[in-house]
Amino acid sequence: MSINEEVELLKTVPIFSKIEPAKLKLLAFTSDRMTFDAGQELCHQGDMGDAMYVILGGSADILIDSPTGPIKVAELQRNGFVGEMAILCDMPRTATVKAHERVTALKIPKEMFFRLVAEFPQMAVEIMRELAHRVEDMNGKLAAAKAA
Amino acid sequence: MEKNLFKYIWRHSRHEQLIILLLVVVAQIFYFVSLNIPKVIVNDGIEGKAFKTAPEVTFLHFTIPVPSFLSETGSLTLFDGIPLTQWPYLVAMSCLFLVMVTVNGMFKKSINTQKGRMGERMLRRLRYELYDRILLFPSAHFRKVKAAELSGMIKDEVEPLGGFIGDAYVQPAFLGGQAITALLFIVLQSMWLGMIVIAVLAVQAFVIPRLRRRVIALGRERQLTARQLAGRIAETVDGVHEIHANGTSNHERADIANRLGTIFGIRFELFQRKFTAKFLNNLLAQMTPFLIYLIGGYLVLFGDMQVGSVVGVLLAYKDLPGPVKELIDWDQQRQDVQQKYEQVAEQFEPDGMLAHELQVVPDGPIPPLSGDIVLTGVTVADDGGSKPVDGVSLVTPIGRRLALVGPQGGGKEALTQVIARLMRPSVGTIRIGNVDLATASEAVTGARISYVGQDVYLFPVSVRDNILYGLKRRPIKPAVYDESGRRGRERFAIEARRAGNPDFDPADDWIDYEAAGATGPGDIDRRIVEALRVVELEEDIYQFGLRGTVDPTARPRVAESILMARDELHARLADPALASLVEPFDRARYNRNMSVAENLLFGTPIDRTFDPDNIAANPHMRDALRRVGLETDLLQMGASIAETMVELFADLPAGHPFFEQFSFIAAEDLPEFRTILSRLAGKSIADLDPASRARLAALPFRYIEARHRLGLIDAAMEERLLAARRAFEENLPPEAATAIEFYDRNRYNAAATLQDNILFGRIVYGQAQGPQRVGALISEVLEGLDLRGAVVEIGLDYNVGVAGKRLSAVQRQKVGLARGLVKRPDLLVLNEPTAVLDSAAQQRLLDKILEVCKGRGVVWALSRASLADRFDQVVVLQGGKVTASGAPGDMTTDKNFADLLAAG
Repeated sequence: MSINEEVELLKTVPIFSKIEPAKLKLLAFTSDRMTFDAGQELCHQGDMGDAMYVILGGSADILIDSPTGPIKVAELQRNGFVGEMAILCDMPRTATVKAHERVTALKIPKEMFFRLVAEFPQMAVEIMRELAHRVEDMNGKLAAAKAA
Repeated sequence: MEKNLFKYIWRHSRHEQLIILLLVVVAQIFYFVSLNIPKVIVNDGIEGKAFKTAPEVTFLHFTIPVPSFLSETGSLTLFDGIPLTQWPYLVAMSCLFLVMVTVNGMFKKSINTQKGRMGERMLRRLRYELYDRILLFPSAHFRKVKAAELSGMIKDEVEPLGGFIGDAYVQPAFLGGQAITALLFIVLQSMWLGMIVIAVLAVQAFVIPRLRRRVIALGRERQLTARQLAGRIAETVDGVHEIHANGTSNHERADIANRLGTIFGIRFELFQRKFTAKFLNNLLAQMTPFLIYLIGGYLVLFGDMQVGSVVGVLLAYKDLPGPVKELIDWDQQRQDVQQKYEQVAEQFEPDGMLAHELQVVPDGPIPPLSGDIVLTGVTVADDGGSKPVDGVSLVTPIGRRLALVGPQGGGKEALTQVIARLMRPSVGTIRIGNVDLATASEAVTGARISYVGQDVYLFPVSVRDNILYGLKRRPIKPAVYDESGRRGRERFAIEARRAGNPDFDPADDWIDYEAAGATGPGDIDRRIVEALRVVELEEDIYQFGLRGTVDPTARPRVAESILMARDELHARLADPALASLVEPFDRARYNRNMSVAENLLFGTPIDRTFDPDNIAANPHMRDALRRVGLETDLLQMGASIAETMVELFADLPAGHPFFEQFSFIAAEDLPEFRTILSRLAGKSIADLDPASRARLAALPFRYIEARHRLGLIDAAMEERLLAARRAFEENLPPEAATAIEFYDRNRYNAAATLQDNILFGRIVYGQAQGPQRVGALISEVLEGLDLRGAVVEIGLDYNVGVAGKRLSAVQRQKVGLARGLVKRPDLLVLNEPTAVLDSAAQQRLLDKILEVCKGRGVVWALSRASLADRFDQVVVLQGGKVTASGAPGDMTTDKNFADLLAAG
């Protein structure tokens, strides 16, 4: 896929939708487009992270270690993003992300991520929206777990 | 060392000096004869005085005028001669003059050659002796001397001595002889003229040395200041980080400028005085001819002197100032050199030099140490009066494992150095069995004891040679020479002995394989690898091997097996799950994971000719591109890359890391490309000026389709680039083809690394964990073919760089440990060698080393007391004294030990 096609693809990703094309092109150019075979890990719980991933194709499982083995807590689809927590908070990865089927992902280095967020508050808002959704989702699950 | 330079020279070169002196004496006879000839030519040959009484004169009728008390006639006849008339006589005499000049010249040449050889031999001897003394310096002395000053003294300061040594005795004899002969001649011609000449010379000999006294003192100062300057420069280099970190470079500049100013002052005064002396000298020298003309002329006019005699005197005198001046020079040089020699010798005579006997070459293997290690009242006092080790007494069987613990500087570090004999106790004795460490030869301690400290020094050779360094105490197997090589080596050895140098041959095999438990060069690497495994360095060396290159002509079997690994790897890559990891080199296909330049070359550049940075301007490459009509397309591609880059990076600040990571164009060049592009707008690229075209043309060569993804190379473009690849290879003249090694599936590529040879392709961009997975795959393939060992062997060739700087600190320590282990010592003395490792690795290494040294002695100064439980005995050292000692199990009640444990 050439960089122009990639830019077209990125435009359809919600968190990038408000970013001007020239910047998206820089993003595409400076970020690696990675392919993960089914079963390969995008990141591993406990490792230090220096990049976030935007899923461009395929799907991945989000797994959290538990005393009884890893538990699948969510699934990532196209346009989903993952790994932002580790680079936002400078902490180890909070979950393992494993490709469920062949995944294509844009790997955005920490440096580029902060630059984009600073330049395009709209992107920060999109990420906040997504994070809020996740918290809400968690709360729901927590309530369900408590009730059960 | 001999204090007096002349005695030193006489002791080591008297035979040669005497032979040369003899030559000088013989030369004087010929010289005297040659002086007489001009007189005879003028008087008899030209003026014809002798022909006034007889038509013929005997030629070669040699008479030497001697005072009348030796011979009644006043001359001594050497040869009766051949009778000749005037003209033939003149011709014969002139020819004789020429012959004599030649003979004199040949004498001079022979004397100078011999002098030179003798001087060089003495210089060699002196330099060797000085170096030899460095090896015998007590270790404490190295805290006081600067390496640069020592090497400067051996290299530069003794150099003029070499020139002088040849002249030390010969010069005064030769010049003196010449001067006396000339004087004698003058006196024989005319007593008066002789007296005048002698008087002027006396004044010269009295005045000039006085003028030069200050010159000598200045010379001494010059030498000292220059030596200190060398030391200061070395300090700047060694301390450069401190200078930068503290921002004190200007303070250093001030110091050096100040020193240079002092040196300038000294040198300038030196010149002034030298030229003043020269002026006076010349003036006095010219006084004599003036007097000879005047008085000689008077004697011819009014006395009984012949014109020929005056000419002879003048000629003799012309030779005289030379020798006399040189004699004065010689005397000055003598004082200068003597003082230089004394100064240098003084620096090489520290107190407490080691005895020479400690370093004699052993005649055979050293028997193992056995019995007890017995320390009796060992005390080490340093310069400051403190005692790092204070009255330590200890008895332990040599085969035990001894842990030394205690606070930093409490004595454990110093004690290991004392046991390894790097430090000598000021009081007390150390014995191991029946060996007294005070007098034992270094060959014994070097063979049977290993010491590894906190800061291992590595020589700038390969890892292998660094590890084997501990085995090179004597030549084991003589080097093999062919007939002419052997004769050359013998001559070399004879010359070495003449100069008092040892005649060891560094080309001999010095490696004591037996000591390492090997039988020869064939299996020594196995022993090295074992040691590497113990210190966990084998993987690193394997990686060096993968990154190393092999000369297939020197190691055909390795190259061959690497080709097997290549086949095997590519067979595995046929698996669809792995195929996406590597894009193999294929002559018939464009490789999207290689740059355009690499695709066009399709080979590894051997030198700078086809370096990717230069390739755009390379005439062969440009020719190939022209042939397939790609030039304009590449220019177009360059323009489109420039456009994208200007667009993408336009508002990034200069110095942003993206420029270095991603851009084809450096930040400072961006405006230039913007100008080029604006000039191009709407115009044909062919109209652009050549300089701009060259800038654009260079861009596409670094473009990698899979990485940069600008979509510039489609299938059609690939085909055309492949055509250019073929055109380039086909039209490359043979002499240029040597600068590139083309990729060939069935050939080992000597210019590429082992890893690239196995891979024979490129790792595909954007595959998660691609390089790691490929690395693992290569490792697997090599294991499967049993080739890992071969790769490690290549890795052992890795050069560690100056002081091992090409290795990390951890790797350096590990190489040091491997060096200590490979010689299988009876006693392994370790002074916190693993302190730079993380604590888990420290513990692992400690266990492995103790395991491999089972049954042999280990003395280990530990930084962490908690590791002491693995040892047979623990000794606690505090303030240089032993405060507790015992088996680890019995130590738990000791308060000091408990404190140390609590501290970690």
